This record gives sequence, structure tokens and C-alpha cells, in this order.
Amino acid sequence: MIRFESVSKTYADGTTAVDNLSLTAPTGQITVLVGPSGCGKTTSLRMVNRMITPTSGRITIDGTDTGSLDPAQLRRGIGYVIQQGGLFPHHTVERNIATVPLLLGWDKRRAYARARELLETVGLDAALASRYPAALSGGQQQRVGVARALAADPPVMLMDEPFSAVDPVVRDQLQDEFRRLQAQLGKTILFVTHDIDEAIKLGDQVAVLRVGGRLAQVAPPAELLATPIDDFVAGFVGRDRGYRALGFVAADLPVHSEATVEVGTPIVAADGWVLVVDPERRPLGWIDGARHPGPVTTELLTGGTLAPAGGSLRAALDASLSSPSGRGVVIDDEGRLAGTVTAEEVLRALAHERANAANAAASAIAAASPSGVTSPSAAAP
Amino acid sequence: MTWALDHAGQIADLAWRHVLLAGIPLLLGLVLAIPLGWLAHRVPVLAPVMVVGTGLLYTIPSLALFILMPLMLGTRILDPVNVVVAMTIYTVALLVRTVVDGLRSVPGDVDAAATAMGLGALRRLWQVQLPLAVPVIAAGMRVAAVSNVSIVSIASLIGVAQLGDLLTDGYNRNIPAELITGILATLLLALVFDRAVVGVERLLTPWRAS
Repeated sequence: MIRFESVSKTYADGTTAVDNLSLTAPTGQITVLVGPSGCGKTTSLRMVNRMITPTSGRITIDGTDTGSLDPAQLRRGIGYVIQQGGLFPHHTVERNIATVPLLLGWDKRRAYARARELLETVGLDAALASRYPAALSGGQQQRVGVARALAADPPVMLMDEPFSAVDPVVRDQLQDEFRRLQAQLGKTILFVTHDIDEAIKLGDQVAVLRVGGRLAQVAPPAELLATPIDDFVAGFVGRDRGYRALGFVAADLPVHSEATVEVGTPIVAADGWVLVVDPERRPLGWIDGARHPGPVTTELLTGGTLAPAGGSLRAALDASLSSPSGRGVVIDDEGRLAGTVTAEEVLRALAHERANAANAAASAIAAASPSGVTSPSAAAP
Repeated sequence: MTWALDHAGQIADLAWRHVLLAGIPLLLGLVLAIPLGWLAHRVPVLAPVMVVGTGLLYTIPSLALFILMPLMLGTRILDPVNVVVAMTIYTVALLVRTVVDGLRSVPGDVDAAATAMGLGALRRLWQVQLPLAVPVIAAGMRVAAVSNVSIVSIASLIGVAQLGDLLTDGYNRNIPAELITGILATLLLALVFDRAVVGVERLLTPWRAS
């Protein structure tokens, strides 16, 4: 657990980067610091490993005041990932990853073996171990950066915009993998970004900072989207926050069975959009049966997004809205067709969820206050 | 050509002395310039004073410096140590700025990453900053190497033997072949020094090949 206790940082020229920050990053969770530039998020991060010394207040890690430790020793126990990886260009990939283990006195064989193991963990080919960073793509460098931070298995990790220097497709992929990795590793992570979507996607809790380094709100992402504390947070969270909040509402939607045609076979008696699947029943896309007689080829297909069964309402709604037939494709864990769902059905499920949530909240309050006195604000859905 | 062949033994002997008088100061100068440059880099207030101050040393005429050395060091007039020390001063004068520039050329994020991983100041210098500064420092070393090979010739005027002797002797006795041999040998040596620096740079920066 990382705790900021009334931490401020004022520079010699009088600018205040961080203003009386009190915040707890719980053990095993990702806490994201997000805000516009000049909000002191990177300064806050760098005060944890004492690359920047706070002007006042203190920061503890699992109860120990970081100010009482030798900075180099402290830093070897904290994983650190920065934008573009910050890899040492003159060291091979494996030497880069082995940096902290070697500093901690591991013998070279063990440190390099660990490096190769971590390459696999972050999804890279072990053949890259002896390359120099310049020979790697941006996304690969970023993965090596994560591997390097994990090398000595530190309980705490600091990540400063680690995924912002790569293109959106790679970023999305890195974020997904990072989430999977964190689910296995359970590190205590402080993560800085200026990208609210990234914050909401990755954070267990999100701390929004204002310019001038003041904390505006700390909340789990769903709560931040549903109830921003003021206009600043609401504005920062963005216009389509209502839609994005659906990403945190999961529901088991009833799905319809869908008429399908296997790729390579002709469409029989269809007068509209038909879903094309491969022999394993994995959806490939839609085809307009009236306009394309004859065997189906993959070139003719139009796709929509796919929603996982039991996933979020956002994914289901997006699948139905993006599908040319208006029927969103739902897939099971193996990627096979589970059925389809329409936007109307998703919205009905949402209304149902909200009613359930309101009932649950009301009964919880009724149980907690037998006198029957309820707070109207707490009871609001 | 015949002159050079007839005096091959003497030329080789002078060339070897020239190599030592120019080369040893080059290495000593680098060894001194690294901590000085590092200090200037770490204490930014000091940087302009140190860079300009050491740079000014280069403006002292070499003959004057060669003559001053015995007075300052208490050495004998003909002692080659005088030349080695004077040339080391010139090398430092050229290389402090180079080392500062080299350390400044290290990307900020790489340096920050090194700090964040718990490398102390000395480890950072040795493991990260200096290796990455090699290309810039090597560029400065090439200038210093050629400059040293050239300036050392003046030492003939204070009686310390090296290739410059071919120039003074050839001039005094009016032997054009000896003069030309002296010039060509010095040029060739400067080229050898330059290639040697480039070779060492390549060895130290395998990561730049890709």
C-alpha cells in the first residue's frame, strides 16, 4: 500500500506542482493518476521513489516512510516504467531486463535466465534477448520496459505514461495484456496517464488531479463515470461518459439463434443479411443474401464488433449498433457464435439492471436504518 | 625518398617518441577530463566556469608552456615529462567541454530510468552516461589526437626529440627531403591516431551498428 499523507511539492521559483495530496493506493490494485498537463501527476509519481523530494508531508509504502530509506535501495525495490520504455540503448534486451537483479547482486546466469523468462511473460520471442533496443519496434520496447520493471519481482510498480508513445492499436493490445498480467501478478501499481480512457480501462481506482496539483476526485472508474464530483471532473471524463459507463455493467443477455451460412457454400433462401461463419462456427461477417447469390467468399463480408457472452452492456450495444443487420453478434469463450442481440434488448436489460440496483440500494438502506430514516442522496440510483 | 629510406631507423625512433609524447597525454587528458566534465555536468553553476576556464588553457602558446614546465614541476629542462604534462594540459583543455557535451547528449528518459532503477551516481556514470557519451567524446578525442600530434613537433625547440626534429633539422641544414619526410610522417601519424580513435569508438559502441 502506498500512502500520500498531505504531500506538497513547491519549486524554488514558487510554482506548486502538488498541493496537499492525500491518497492511498491499495495493495494489489492499480491506482491511476490522471489529469491535464501541469496537474502534478508525474511529480507525484516521482516523489514515491524520491526522484523528487516532497516539500512537506510524507509518503509511506506498507507503513515505512520512504524518506527514511536510502534512495538507491528504495528504488531497487520499486519497478519503474516510463514512456518509450527508457531502455538503455547500449545494452542488449536481456542486459536491460537484468539491470536490477544484477544491482541486487544476482549472479549473471541467474539474472539472464530471469530476463528470458520475463520476455516470455510479456509476450516476446526469447530470440530478441541478444538484440539491442534500436532493433525493436516501439511496442516491443515498451514490453521490454515492463519486463525490466518486473525483473526483481518488486511488490510496487510506478508507471509513467507507459503506453502513450505507441500507436492506438498496439496501445490497446498492450493495455489488454497488462490487465491480464496484473490479474496474475497482483502488484501495487501507481499509474500515470493523461488519457482518461486508459485510466478507466486499467484503473481499479482513478484519481483525477486538477492543474496546480490538487486532487479532484478518487473513485472506482464506474463511479467516476456515473457521479463525477464537479464540472471539472465531468468535463475531463468526457461527453460520452454515460455510454462508457455501460462498460462496467455486465449482464447475461438473452440471445437469439441466428441463421448462418458457412463460408464457401451458397446462401439458401435468404432475403436480407445473413451471418457467415467458418467451419468452427466462428463468425466472419455479414452478407446481404439478396444481392450476392452463389457461394460466399470472405471478400464480400461486412463486419461489426463482437460482444463476449456475459460481457458488458457497452460491448453488446456496440455490437448491435455496428452490425449492418442491426443484430449484434455475441460469441462464447472459444470465439464461436452464441447468438445475436438487438440494441432494444440491450437497453431493456439496462433498464432492468437499474431497477435491480435501485431495489438493492433501497433494501440495503432500509436494513441499515431500522428507524426508516433514509438519505435521499444515498438512495438515488 | 632515398633520404627517408637511408634514415628509416632514425625516423622510426623519432616516430615512436612522437607516438608516446602525443599519445600518453591523450589518455591522461581523457582520464582527467572525465571527472572534471562530470563535476561540471552535475553542478550546472560550475559548468560555464570550468568549460571556459579549461578551454582558455589551450590558448597558452605551446613553446611558452614547454618552457614554463621545468619551473613549475622542478624537472630538468630536457626531461620529456615537461612535454607530456604540457600536452596533457592541452588535452584536458579540449576534452572537458567534450565530456560535458557527451554527458548532456545522454537522453533524459534513459538517465531518469537509470536513477529510478536504483543506480547511484557513480554507477550511472560508468554504466550508462559514459557509454552513451562515447560517440561525442570520440569526436572530441579525434580533434585532440590530431592537435596533439601537431603541437608535439614544437618540442624540438626545447630539445625533446620526436618527428619535429626532421623539420628543424631539415630547415637548419636546408635538406628539403628531410623537411618533406617530417611533414609526411607527422601527417601519417595524425591519420593513424585518428583511425585508432575511430576504431576504439566502434569497439565501444557495438549497439550503434544496427
